[in-house]
Amino acid sequence: MSIYLALLAAWALLGCAGLLRPTRPALASRLLYPLGAIVGLALAITALVNFGAPVERLVLAIGLPDLPFHLRRDALTDLFMLLLGAASAGISIFGAGYFSSTPSRVPGLLCLQYHLFLAAMGMVLLADDAYSFMVAWEVMALASYFLVTTEHRVPQICSAGFLYLLIAHVGAIAILLGFGVMQGGSWQFTFDAMRAADLSPPWAAVAFLLALFGFGAKAGLVPLHVWLPEAHPAAPSPVSALMSGVMLKTALYGVLRVSFDLLGPPDWSWGLVPLALGLFTAVYGAVFAAVQTDMKRLLAWSSIENVGILFTGVGLAIVFGGVGMSALAGLALIAVLYHALNHALMKSLLFLGTGAVLHGTGERNLGRLGGLLRRMPWVAWLTLIGALSIAGLPPLNGFVSEWLLLQSFLSAHEVPKPFLNMLLPLGAAIIALAAAIAGYVMVKFFGVIFLGQHREARLAEARDAGWRERFGMLLLAAGCVALGLFPTQVIGLLAEVPRQLGVMDALPPAANWWQLTPIAGRQASYAPLIFFAVILAIFLLTIRLVSWFYHLRVRRAAPWDCGFARLDARMQDSAEGFGQPIRHIFQPFFSMRRELPTPFDDAPRYQVEVGDRIWNTLYRPLEDVVKRAAASVAWLQQGRIATYLLYGFVTLLALLAVVL
Amino acid sequence: MSAAAIMPWLNQLVAVLLALLAAPLFVGWVNQCRAWLGNRTAPPLWQPYLAIRKLFIKEAVLAEHASSLFRFAPYAVFGTMICAAAIIPSLATSLPFSNAADAIALVGLLATARVFISLAAMDVGTAFGTLGARREMMVGFLAEPALLMVIFLASLISSSTALPAISDSLATQQLALHPSLAFTAVAFLLVLLAENARIPVDNPATHLELTMIHEALLLEYSARHLALMEWAAALKLFNYTCIGFALFAPWGIGTAAASPLSLLAAWPILALKLLLAGVGLALIETLSAKLRVFRAPEFLATAFLFAVLGILVHLLLGA
Repeated sequence: MSIYLALLAAWALLGCAGLLRPTRPALASRLLYPLGAIVGLALAITALVNFGAPVERLVLAIGLPDLPFHLRRDALTDLFMLLLGAASAGISIFGAGYFSSTPSRVPGLLCLQYHLFLAAMGMVLLADDAYSFMVAWEVMALASYFLVTTEHRVPQICSAGFLYLLIAHVGAIAILLGFGVMQGGSWQFTFDAMRAADLSPPWAAVAFLLALFGFGAKAGLVPLHVWLPEAHPAAPSPVSALMSGVMLKTALYGVLRVSFDLLGPPDWSWGLVPLALGLFTAVYGAVFAAVQTDMKRLLAWSSIENVGILFTGVGLAIVFGGVGMSALAGLALIAVLYHALNHALMKSLLFLGTGAVLHGTGERNLGRLGGLLRRMPWVAWLTLIGALSIAGLPPLNGFVSEWLLLQSFLSAHEVPKPFLNMLLPLGAAIIALAAAIAGYVMVKFFGVIFLGQHREARLAEARDAGWRERFGMLLLAAGCVALGLFPTQVIGLLAEVPRQLGVMDALPPAANWWQLTPIAGRQASYAPLIFFAVILAIFLLTIRLVSWFYHLRVRRAAPWDCGFARLDARMQDSAEGFGQPIRHIFQPFFSMRRELPTPFDDAPRYQVEVGDRIWNTLYRPLEDVVKRAAASVAWLQQGRIATYLLYGFVTLLALLAVVL
Repeated sequence: MSAAAIMPWLNQLVAVLLALLAAPLFVGWVNQCRAWLGNRTAPPLWQPYLAIRKLFIKEAVLAEHASSLFRFAPYAVFGTMICAAAIIPSLATSLPFSNAADAIALVGLLATARVFISLAAMDVGTAFGTLGARREMMVGFLAEPALLMVIFLASLISSSTALPAISDSLATQQLALHPSLAFTAVAFLLVLLAENARIPVDNPATHLELTMIHEALLLEYSARHLALMEWAAALKLFNYTCIGFALFAPWGIGTAAASPLSLLAAWPILALKLLLAGVGLALIETLSAKLRVFRAPEFLATAFLFAVLGILVHLLLGA
């Protein structure tokens, strides 16, 4: 506990140290970011050591006189600390290289915001009263706002930042109101008071929905996702990685904390809301990711998809827990936590990959990339690991969590509620669809950036990332592989969380260390290590046999391409082209504007703009209403002193009337 | 080790070797039936072996800027297909390796192969390669969830996701009619046709630019790489057919409780099933017309809906 605090304080101090030399990048990149990475690593190790230890509490007498900071750590905190520490270690090392050579006006300030952001996320996890939680939450939101608007002279980035700030605050208000409901009349805002409060079911439901709204806004749950594809690409890549990989998980942490700890045990019917929204979000995000042409925006949409999967799992866990199927609730919750951990590593890895590409080429439009595998082999192969993981392919980590989630869906027909037991298994179909589209998205992402020929001539001069960038990505990729190959050990750790939350009893010890059996051996098992070893063995054996019986001679020649002689890089599929089938199949999701050439055009132009239908149908009218309301309020501003005096006088009279 | 302990491992080895060796033969049989139905002179049954052998002997020609991903993809795809064959019960259901990967992992394995083929096709950067990759992934992202739902239903019926266990319980249970299985059988058939580049969706015998999917992926491959890819494609067809037998026609398979003698009886039964499946496949291909690529999503969406319908029927009727 005190180690956590010390490490978080170290982050804050490192940030402040950046201000010593605010305009020189050398101090921050040579010393502060690597130190920050070490702090992250220490945080992850502390979390690992802490796992399973009894709950600790601490009261810090800082802040307002009567409102000390209450802090608490339990297994849920440990898990998210592990996630924060592990992801940030890789990202910070990468950042050391990335920020040293990226022109930035005030590198010291960036360093301060970056480390404050990290420390604030850690504080969110430790907070044990509404006051300190909201302070940490706001510091996190503001620090990330400033990080998003690093390039604040670009108008789009400015407006993206503003949208982010707006939705973050609407969400924060909902969370605050949720805490207000949860204190249940005791007017004590510590989490302990909320745990003890006895809420009537309707009020508990209101609190849950408020929390879901607030945290869902932070996580990017559809329809509160609109800020995410704008804000994540706007930030520098290491920051995008932190926001997508870690910050979205703090929202998940909030949902879990509120629903399983503060309000717990939740009612089964509440679970249907995150379940339905999550399923919709998963498909919606995946479909939109498939049609993006900007590589970072594509990843942002893919984050939305993964948030959908996470919330689906949360909903499932609540339903299972509510009807008393505790083992399955635990399984679903473990799947969620596993996926959170996976997504933190793999999405960070992918965002860092785009950062390295952006750095090496100065280009983020998929239509102008291509063929970088040959120019940037390190970045490409490491990104491939991330891409295969997030596509949910065995034996990497993305598959494990998807497998666990599908296994828990498989038992959903046992829920003793009519109709529900028939509808729930269909959720698996939607998750499977989203996962399959994610595979499509990742082939597009990796194939268009790294494979094929250079779509622009200057890509031939692209340089591979520096050693710090490589090392940061290597750490994250190693994490992905390890989480994929050793699921039994990871689950042994994760199972501590549902146990401490009282969702399920302790997990029975695994039958053997290499085989994963969620329910019973005969029902299902998965042993990635053996699986991987066998594939690798066959792979090597085949090469060996081919060379033994035949030969491994190779001759290089021009590509065949069905005999078409004049091959040109522009004949490859563009990003738009690769997304065309999805655009065609899921047409109702999009609002499209197309500009088609006529046969008589001298300079034919084809342009298609794919928009988010929710933006047009939900946010535009909302914006109009707000604008109109603002305009009518503006009528009060007459600009004459006499009028303002009159307002004061009327207010005074009204107050007097109330008081007397 | 006692004989009883060695038996499952022997089964495992036999299953893999059988798939490896019989897959080209099965393709040859399907081609022969297609030729007869099309009133052509049929190539010999072992033609696929000759083709593979010829390709292995030849010198491999690689495109100038093909990367190492392009070179190792055939081995990876071939490896995943053999691995898949090790999970799928063809002769007997006691397969020790299936403990390492259940049916969901099998679907993941097939997806891995698909992703590697598509990435390899994009690697050279030709117009047809990327076109093929896009179409392959389009077929895949619809077929994969449909296949998963088919397996899901079988797991619901037999409360296990391990393919041999599913097959075992379907083969040994009292003769019970599962109307839901009929729906998923249709779905599975559609998926099988689409995933194996068979006629309504793709034509394995065409190099027509506008319609090809699978051939477009392999255009840049030659010699041993092509041989491995072709062999992997044959293995894929064999694997899918055996999944179909395991789920919808498990009769005669050597179950866990069966005596060694009945394991011997499983051989002719499997051969008979494969013969009939080959005729059926050739019939479907001869009788149906190739769909336009635009229509393929509808074809696969139908498969997906059938599979989901099957699950709904199962949950509604409990059968």
